[in-house]
Amino acid sequence: MIEFQNLKKVYESGGQQVAALDGIDLRINKGEIFGVIGFSGAGKSSLIRCVNWLEKPTSGKVIVSGHDLTALSVKEIREVKRNIGMVFQHFNLLNSKTVFANVAMPLTLAKIPKEEIKKRVHELLDFVGLADKAHSYPDQLSGGQKQRIGIARALATQPSILLCDEATSALDPQTTSSILQLLKKINKEYNITILIITHEMSVIREICDRVAVIEAGKIIEEGTVFNVFSSPKTQTAKNFVSTVMNDQIPDSIKQVIEKQQGLQKVFRINFVGNSAGQPLLSQVAKKFNIDFNVLFGNITELQGTPFGNLIVEFQGPDSEIKRAIQYISHEQVSIKEVTSRAS
Amino acid sequence: MLVNQEKIIEALIETVQMVAFSLLFSALIGLPLGILLVVTRKGHLLENTVVFNIINSIINIFRSVPFIILMVAIIPITRMIVGTSIGTAAAVVPLVFYAGPYIARLIENSLLEVDPGVIEAAEAMGATPGQIIIKFLIPEALSSLVLGFTIATIGLVGASAMAGAVGGGGLGDLAITYGYQRFDTTVMLITVAILVVMVQGLQSFGNILSKKIRRR
Repeated sequence: MIEFQNLKKVYESGGQQVAALDGIDLRINKGEIFGVIGFSGAGKSSLIRCVNWLEKPTSGKVIVSGHDLTALSVKEIREVKRNIGMVFQHFNLLNSKTVFANVAMPLTLAKIPKEEIKKRVHELLDFVGLADKAHSYPDQLSGGQKQRIGIARALATQPSILLCDEATSALDPQTTSSILQLLKKINKEYNITILIITHEMSVIREICDRVAVIEAGKIIEEGTVFNVFSSPKTQTAKNFVSTVMNDQIPDSIKQVIEKQQGLQKVFRINFVGNSAGQPLLSQVAKKFNIDFNVLFGNITELQGTPFGNLIVEFQGPDSEIKRAIQYISHEQVSIKEVTSRAS
Repeated sequence: MLVNQEKIIEALIETVQMVAFSLLFSALIGLPLGILLVVTRKGHLLENTVVFNIINSIINIFRSVPFIILMVAIIPITRMIVGTSIGTAAAVVPLVFYAGPYIARLIENSLLEVDPGVIEAAEAMGATPGQIIIKFLIPEALSSLVLGFTIATIGLVGASAMAGAVGGGGLGDLAITYGYQRFDTTVMLITVAILVVMVQGLQSFGNILSKKIRRR
């Protein structure tokens, strides 16, 4: 659906060349919600703007729905843009126009007959739950409502791609969640491919199917949300994951244990899917001659699959611990020894 | 008093005519120039450094010449256009040369205030540069544009009074020939009072209109 091939974007600033995008290769499939996460300045804004040609890459290719944008004329690109909706962090609505006129704008530009515009706009306002606001002006709406209008506008021309540029970053957590649910609904009901850029890992966790981590203009990690969250490889990805999945042993607990005897055998156990529902630890305690001490535990849902994370200290003879570990390790449970400075 | 009521009304009508026509023509010149100044600047819709620099310098040159000198300097052009250099119609030409560049700057200012995000949204929708100007830039800046035009109109009222000094007619002419040169204080006061009322009225009208557009 969207494909970047060795995409580069170099800015000239004060005689210095800065690479915002430094050889991006990425494929976003039809119908998926794809998230790109990165710190500000990592290049994610440039990347999303290359999809609808708000920014022209220095080199490389952008292929959208089979069209190589680098090979198209300005006029042809305008046509491609009608097939791409975009939602912005600061909504970018026209304050001088009513909600109705804002949503109607892309249709007016496309010279759609008035009657049809009216019908379509009311459908869209219904869909985003703001049918009663048609005659309001944007400055009479809350942030969440403005973003819903922004989304309705982006969907006006029935695009097959929706770009979300930090669409929830200016909203409070509750509103963020409702906007994300709306995006999910759009994805499901209209089968629209959604590309989201964000610096909030919670956004990725909540709605994305796949995620790419961008840093210094390069994709440093890519995979399903489940894989990246359950086993991040790069430090940046680990940092992002830890912002939403707290899996550190709290310092106070660490201190208590170290005061007693020092942590001996500490393991991280990850549960996936059904295994998260099994009373694994109590089984282990009954079967083997060991004690355990849960230092940290939580369970989250990733793409509808439960994902548990336990940090446990085992106390007992080494041979028993070894057998217990063998017992625990099976397909949906992974166990890994961590140091007493549990990472 | 050396003049009668009729003469004052006649002068008032001349002033209104001068201001109205010069406003019309200077808006016709200033509007496109102001828009070009915005869209041709770096990083904007139709970035074009050459066009920008040319328009920018021409406007600066006209804006730096004092009106009274401009008026005399362009007499040949006035003669070419109107056929004479004296009278109300002839005064409109220097007034347009004065107000056109001024309006261009005011429009430039207003349009630059428009949130770049709105323009980005327009580009994302596949709007052409023409559509962006007409359907996004101007409506978003309209309230501010109205205030700009109010300033320009009041500037023209002042300038038209000066045009009276070189035989342009109008209230300024009346004030100078009778009030100043013949020491008729009453005429002087009446003309000034009329001008004050005009300026007050125009400013209030502009404020109300601008506010109505902004709806706040």
